[in-house]
Amino acid sequence: MIEGILIGLSTALSFTNILMVMVGCFAGTIIGMLPGLGPMTAIALMIPITYGFDPSTGLILMAGVYYGAVFGGSTSSILLNAPGVPGTVATAFDGYPMAQQGKAGKALAIAAYSSFAGGTISAIFLLIAAPSLSKVSLSFQSPDYFALMILGLTAISAFSSKGQFLKAMMMVILGLMLATVGQDSLSDITRFTFNNMNLTDGISFVLIVMATFAMSEALTIIFRGKDPNRAAKQISLTELGSIKVNKEETIKMAKTIPRSSILGFLIGVLPGAGATIASFLAYGMERNYVNDEEKQKFGKGSVHGLSAPETANNAACSGSFVPLLTLGIPGSGTTAVMLGALLGFGIQPGPRLYQTNPEIFWSVIMSMYIGMVILLILNLPLIPYIARILAVPRNFLIPLILFFSVTGIYLMSFNNFDIFLMIGIAVVATFLRLYDFPMPPLILAFVLGGLMEETLRRSLLISDGSPNFLWERPITLIILLLTITIVGWQIFSTFRKKS
Amino acid sequence: MRISPTKFISLLFLVLSVLYLYSAYNIQVFAFDENAPFNARTFPIYLGYAGIFLSSLKIILPEKTTIIVDHKVLDYKSIIYLIIVSVIYGAVILKIGYFLSTSLFLISSYYLLGERRWIWMFTLSFPFVAIFMYLLHGVLNIYLRDPLLQYLGIIG
Repeated sequence: MIEGILIGLSTALSFTNILMVMVGCFAGTIIGMLPGLGPMTAIALMIPITYGFDPSTGLILMAGVYYGAVFGGSTSSILLNAPGVPGTVATAFDGYPMAQQGKAGKALAIAAYSSFAGGTISAIFLLIAAPSLSKVSLSFQSPDYFALMILGLTAISAFSSKGQFLKAMMMVILGLMLATVGQDSLSDITRFTFNNMNLTDGISFVLIVMATFAMSEALTIIFRGKDPNRAAKQISLTELGSIKVNKEETIKMAKTIPRSSILGFLIGVLPGAGATIASFLAYGMERNYVNDEEKQKFGKGSVHGLSAPETANNAACSGSFVPLLTLGIPGSGTTAVMLGALLGFGIQPGPRLYQTNPEIFWSVIMSMYIGMVILLILNLPLIPYIARILAVPRNFLIPLILFFSVTGIYLMSFNNFDIFLMIGIAVVATFLRLYDFPMPPLILAFVLGGLMEETLRRSLLISDGSPNFLWERPITLIILLLTITIVGWQIFSTFRKKS
Repeated sequence: MRISPTKFISLLFLVLSVLYLYSAYNIQVFAFDENAPFNARTFPIYLGYAGIFLSSLKIILPEKTTIIVDHKVLDYKSIIYLIIVSVIYGAVILKIGYFLSTSLFLISSYYLLGERRWIWMFTLSFPFVAIFMYLLHGVLNIYLRDPLLQYLGIIG
């Protein structure tokens, strides 16, 4: 492991990679700060840029963007009460009241320190957990992988869609359907191409991400007349105040950070859960932990209330890399985008990644830590200036997002068909969003589609077409039982609400 | 009878799933693969049935909460214009080249969204695209096809 850490450090500490972490954190902060635009959009917009780099650098850039976007989301939560990403909604509960009391600078500092601590602690957990889990997952066989993917898709539908389980599951099926377009990987038979040569190679992953996130989010902002910069004047008027944190506040943070980090990391590891659930759970848990006097302060600018969700959402970000790096199965929409980008580089993450490409495996882990340091020392003092980006009017912002989306697709294929297809999918996704059909399950399903078919193929061939493979191995059975529990819980909670 | 938009979308998804399933059954597989435990049809057929099952459930089950979207506040005009401009952009990008088409797309989009500060509109189009192209093509060495600039000898 020490050797691996050194390999990771030497890769992550190269000039180019440090520059990429800085660029990633900075760009992610700016994009994540804009309400409506989250980490998935930020990473999607960065994909064309990564084409010019080697896989380690590309992934390091994307990891930087991820952390930056989560941090940026906290900034808009605290300053505007307009969370840039769902994972920072809980941050606004106490961050915004604190800002209203003229302590915006302090709130931002608490958020930054908590994020740093949460991210750092969970990066250490990842450092320990990932290699061990990789070894365990080497014993996984095709039926286990198939069951794991079913679990991941069910979990993301259950956890990420706020009581819209059926809608999310429909999006999963739609994502899988889109993944079947093009040549079958084994027989090379073309499917659902309708004799269109442009579809023979299937629909590009970047196209789907750009259409359903970057472009569709931009169109939604216009459609709903949502002006992400509505509160820009408010920022320039807001007195940010000092960013210094006193001793009493530091002690409060020191109590909150360890428990929220552990909770955040564990939630992040679970497929489908991620930063949003982690931050809400940490907020709730913290409220139960503190004394009655502190409890009264929750919702009115509590240090515990701000520190807990901020620690947990960053810890969950690191946690979400565990299934990606060890099993090759992303647990969230954001890591699904990263998986797609990695596959684009010709790298298949999974248990063998840390043997076949140790420099990628370790450099990503090490760059997370470097990213945290950069976020703290670079972004915190610059926040008052970075926050001014919110003053960019949407008249400029939206066309620029569309421009980046089209450029990403143009760079990949240099054909018109893909651009038209992207616009078409973006329009459909915009309408689906209006009626709360979630997009992350679609992305995850699209990314996993090929692998899922492949593992099902192997499992059915081994079992001679019998479905026995689903319960023959204990691991498969346990994973399937977990899936059934999630579905059962969804049904139960639906009926409970009705009654 | 008034059908809710969510149920209407589910109905469309049901139709899509039926068509998908029909197409899945019509996928031509090799003769020796016809009776294999798994062939190119198997997975799509499962998906078709799953789509039909889930969309039917959504249509049949009562809705807990109806999502109401006020169409009066939706800015249809801007979005339609922007989509048209994007389609035109996609159509001409190969013909007139990346630089010119992108710059014109940006200027027209700014204008359509109500921007009238021409200095900013110009700065964030032609020079901005030129810098972006230089970064991609010149610094990052990412190939950017632009027949017009190649014809003019500006890029190789």
